[in-house]
Amino acid sequence: MKRAIKPEAAAALIPDGSVLLIGGFMGVGSPHRLIDALVARGARGMTVVANDTAMPGHGIGKLVTAGVITRLVTSHIGLNPETQAKMIAGEIDVELVPQGSLVERIRAGGVGLGGILTPTGLGTEVEDDKPVIEVDGKRFLLEKPIKGDFALIAAHQADYVGNLAYSLTAHNFNPIMALAGATVIAEPDAIEPVGVIPPDAVKTPGVLVDHLIERAR
Amino acid sequence: MDAKELIARRVAREIHPGMLVNLGIGLPSLVANFVPANAGVFFQAENGVIGLGARPPEGMEDPNLTDAGGGFVTAVPGAASIDSAMSFGLIRGGHLDMTVLGGLQVDARGRLANWKVPGKMVPGMGGAMDLVTGAKSVVVAMQHSARGEPKIVAECSLPLTSLRRVNLIVTDLAVIIPTEDGLVLTETAPGISVDEVRAQTGAPLTLAPDLREMELA
Repeated sequence: MKRAIKPEAAAALIPDGSVLLIGGFMGVGSPHRLIDALVARGARGMTVVANDTAMPGHGIGKLVTAGVITRLVTSHIGLNPETQAKMIAGEIDVELVPQGSLVERIRAGGVGLGGILTPTGLGTEVEDDKPVIEVDGKRFLLEKPIKGDFALIAAHQADYVGNLAYSLTAHNFNPIMALAGATVIAEPDAIEPVGVIPPDAVKTPGVLVDHLIERAR
Repeated sequence: MDAKELIARRVAREIHPGMLVNLGIGLPSLVANFVPANAGVFFQAENGVIGLGARPPEGMEDPNLTDAGGGFVTAVPGAASIDSAMSFGLIRGGHLDMTVLGGLQVDARGRLANWKVPGKMVPGMGGAMDLVTGAKSVVVAMQHSARGEPKIVAECSLPLTSLRRVNLIVTDLAVIIPTEDGLVLTETAPGISVDEVRAQTGAPLTLAPDLREMELA
């Protein structure tokens, strides 16, 4: 069984300079209270891997504003002008990755694969310096796996075993990142007694989850 | 009718019962307004839903049910929620019948550029590279020119989204099919002459034998 901890206690477990995989798509399915706690503790020097940086003042956008991030691996920053400005000013080193390649690179990191072969990005700037591998006459880009020191994810329901279930479009990167973080911290909307979540509804088995964030009070 | 509505109404005519369709954010998302709700079409939002529905009435939003632009949506009966790996598996794996995307430039070889204006705007490719690479059919929905400059050009000066030749270009002036032998003008918008289309196009256009006036949904 896992005892839920406060967001501040979780943020204290995460050293500056860590690689953080953070779930969410435009803030939907992001661990918002954990993000607030990282900002509050003045975290610095983080590498963040995430689909996007939401908007200023929302979700991962708060980490951008607070100067928590020095390196960012992401697919889209178009709705956060602050991220773009910090990238151009050289304050954040940004690697842009096609969204489907990003999620599969994280999956590869989490499931023990040496990378993925994808046609996405061939002949574009994404191809630069990457090996192109031919399989049965078709060309593919080799995209390397991504792992994190921590996966910071959000879920709809958890139980005290750590099993997680997700809601609607708040799945996004969360179930994939749960495989690829050395330490996995999950922030659920609700924590249920063990047995309430049917086994068929569990998308992330509790064995992957190290810490649960306690409910908001 | 404004230019955007005209484009959306014309694209809607390409969408047929039984199709799985992904609409990009911005102009392409307007297309859904002109596809009847009972048409048997499933719309995918790449953040994780198949069976995207209309915007909910105020007060009935679900914070965990949004489209790829972060706006609140509904899900139709029969909808499925999926994670990002499944979502892009559908896209890259050839299970998506059509994607409708905005464009910054399309060139004489039918290649699209829509994710970066170096030094000015770097939104990131998001899902666009995977969509253009993997969808069975790629439709570019855009204004024919921007501030008097043609967006249909001999060769893209902006970074490419994919080497893939798109299937159809729909603008406020014309419908154009890119082929191996160049761009073929198949339809002109109501009240627009071939000469007017040519004057605002930066690449050679061949006239289709059955060149006709655009029909709108």
